[in-house]
Amino acid sequence: MRAFTTLTAIAAPLPLANVDTDKIIPARFLKSISRAGFGKHLFANARFNEDGSENPDFVLNKEPYRKAKILIAFENFGCGSSREHAPWALLDFGIRCVIAPDFADIFNNNCFKNGVLPVRLPREVCEQLIEDAQLGGNARITVDLERQVVIRPNGEEHHFPVDTLRKHLMLNGLDDIGQTMQHAARIDDYEAKQKASQPWLVQA
Amino acid sequence: MPKTLFDKIWDAHVVETLPDGTALLYIDLHLTHEVTTPQAFDGLRAAGRGIRRPEATLGVIDHNIATDASRYTGIVDPESALQVATLERNAVEFGMPLIPLLDERQGIVHVIGPELGRSLPGMTIVCGDSHTSTHGAMGALAFGIGTSEVEHVLATQTLLQRPAKNMRVQVDGNLAFGCSGKDIVLAVIGKIGTAGGTGHVIEYAGDAIRALDMAGRMTVCNMTIEGGARAGMVAPDQTTFDYIARTPGAPKGANWESALAWWRTLPSDEGAIFDKIVTLAANEIAPQVTWGTSPEDVLPITGIVPNPEDAPNETRRAQLQRMVEYMGLQPGQRLQDLPVDVVFIGSCTNSRIEDIRAAAAIAKGRHVADGVRAMVVPGSGLVKLQAEREGLDSILREAGFEWREPGCSMCLGMNPDKLKPGQRSASTSNRNFEGRQGPGGRTHLLSPAMAAAAALAGHLADVRDYQPKEALS
Ligand code: SF4
Repeated sequence: MRAFTTLTAIAAPLPLANVDTDKIIPARFLKSISRAGFGKHLFANARFNEDGSENPDFVLNKEPYRKAKILIAFENFGCGSSREHAPWALLDFGIRCVIAPDFADIFNNNCFKNGVLPVRLPREVCEQLIEDAQLGGNARITVDLERQVVIRPNGEEHHFPVDTLRKHLMLNGLDDIGQTMQHAARIDDYEAKQKASQPWLVQA
Repeated sequence: MPKTLFDKIWDAHVVETLPDGTALLYIDLHLTHEVTTPQAFDGLRAAGRGIRRPEATLGVIDHNIATDASRYTGIVDPESALQVATLERNAVEFGMPLIPLLDERQGIVHVIGPELGRSLPGMTIVCGDSHTSTHGAMGALAFGIGTSEVEHVLATQTLLQRPAKNMRVQVDGNLAFGCSGKDIVLAVIGKIGTAGGTGHVIEYAGDAIRALDMAGRMTVCNMTIEGGARAGMVAPDQTTFDYIARTPGAPKGANWESALAWWRTLPSDEGAIFDKIVTLAANEIAPQVTWGTSPEDVLPITGIVPNPEDAPNETRRAQLQRMVEYMGLQPGQRLQDLPVDVVFIGSCTNSRIEDIRAAAAIAKGRHVADGVRAMVVPGSGLVKLQAEREGLDSILREAGFEWREPGCSMCLGMNPDKLKPGQRSASTSNRNFEGRQGPGGRTHLLSPAMAAAAALAGHLADVRDYQPKEALS
């Protein structure tokens, strides 16, 4: 996983609530067996017309947002299907951070596993950031994970919450399987205990 | 301290609590399917890791397959074929039990888990699929995970999780004729909204929930994820135990007795604290149908399309406007007048034998309206066989429904069963998002009985006007 420390970038405004993972990456594009290459299908239904041409009205088809690394949206971002292809598509397109008032649980987890930082900020702040983002190429937004702040182009800072463990893994780009493996002995003990007390759980 | 059902299962599965409060949670059953696993197996391979407990893992193929006879001659779409072949290859390489594509037990992952007796009360169950919440109907803690977490469970049989909050949804009273678990859960989502359960695990309680059969409870828990909750659960009771006793995986002999003894301790204690409580009166629930592109945009079938101008704020107005346009509707239009092109009875929400019986009871002795394509897709091979033993397939075929092979089918636009742009469907599945059933498709979610009524009428219809003509034999 790529580490996430600080990011200063163009932000794309997507002032919508309930952006679901079917919208982020429709099911017909989930057939790849690798993690790469989903970026070209990001928001496919909104980004492309039926004949495959670009929809010029969609934000990510406009300059300078083609180069956006931050996405700002409204409530319940990433709801619906558990597909991790959603953060993969965002990442492959170049988005490293999504800012919204709140996120659906599974999507939130999936982002942290892939070096995409979900930043939770109050609705009013998201509205301000969307206004900033709408100014286009000159408006850079900074996300500093170490200090847990988002910095507006005018210098105003907004603190955001993040779990300590997740922050640590993200700052260092660590794989959590390796971390968990360090607890292998405890898992062995748990299994031995369970086998004795609930033998029916061990089936072939 | 009194504990909830969720607390009890959680506490019984914490292997270790990390310094920041995250728990290393033991996973009893890991279900897998072809869409969300290839990258996880790749990760294992790259790190030289294996599956820690293959016997606690079970794979099945459901999302990509055709539901017509073509499944017997091979998958046509090369990418779908590759995804399926990849799961088959990974199962062999990593020693994971897999239900073969043409096995009679094949079916949708959330139908087969309970049906085979693999999903049991008190378990922790995960799958790379948000509708894993379905298995909570067994009195288990079951939730969807992403592919990285699939890899984590394969390698360690555990997950890093933070505890959820407890929410109780209490549904008391009796459901009226024509209403089912689907109508309950749609009404719940309509009430709490699609983010109403975020951060919570919902336990459903009340006599209307107790009165549901296991299929009804699975429908309710299945759609819990549409209310934003991590999981839905129903405390195990005699209905649960009787259901399990009939499954092939039920513990036997002394194991059954000791399992039963533990299961009986699971229901939430008197006085257990819930962070949030929502109550609904079952007798006030009318047959429900969604009109918009989010499951929370649901109304009784007697309702009319809302007017965006009546929205409380500008964001909501814009949202409603977009939905009305996408769905091809006029504000004020009666839902019952909306003509449907396709009727889909299936998906992990409503494809069990009870669902098919409900549809057949309405369809028997009647006929699908001209110009409507109506399909019934059983949730598994075992459901299909049972329906055929009961003659339900003949009733449905005679009424003009297609009787198909098990799979996810038109629940998501991933396999050959898709809506065409602009087509309107009455669907028993769980998501009405834009393009969910195919780009440009328009989905109305409803119960199997309501779907059958829509097929007969050729438009959304009130199932209460379609009393069964004759009893199913
Ligand atoms: S039936 Fe639909 S919701 Fe259920 S597992 Fe298949 S695709 Fe997902």
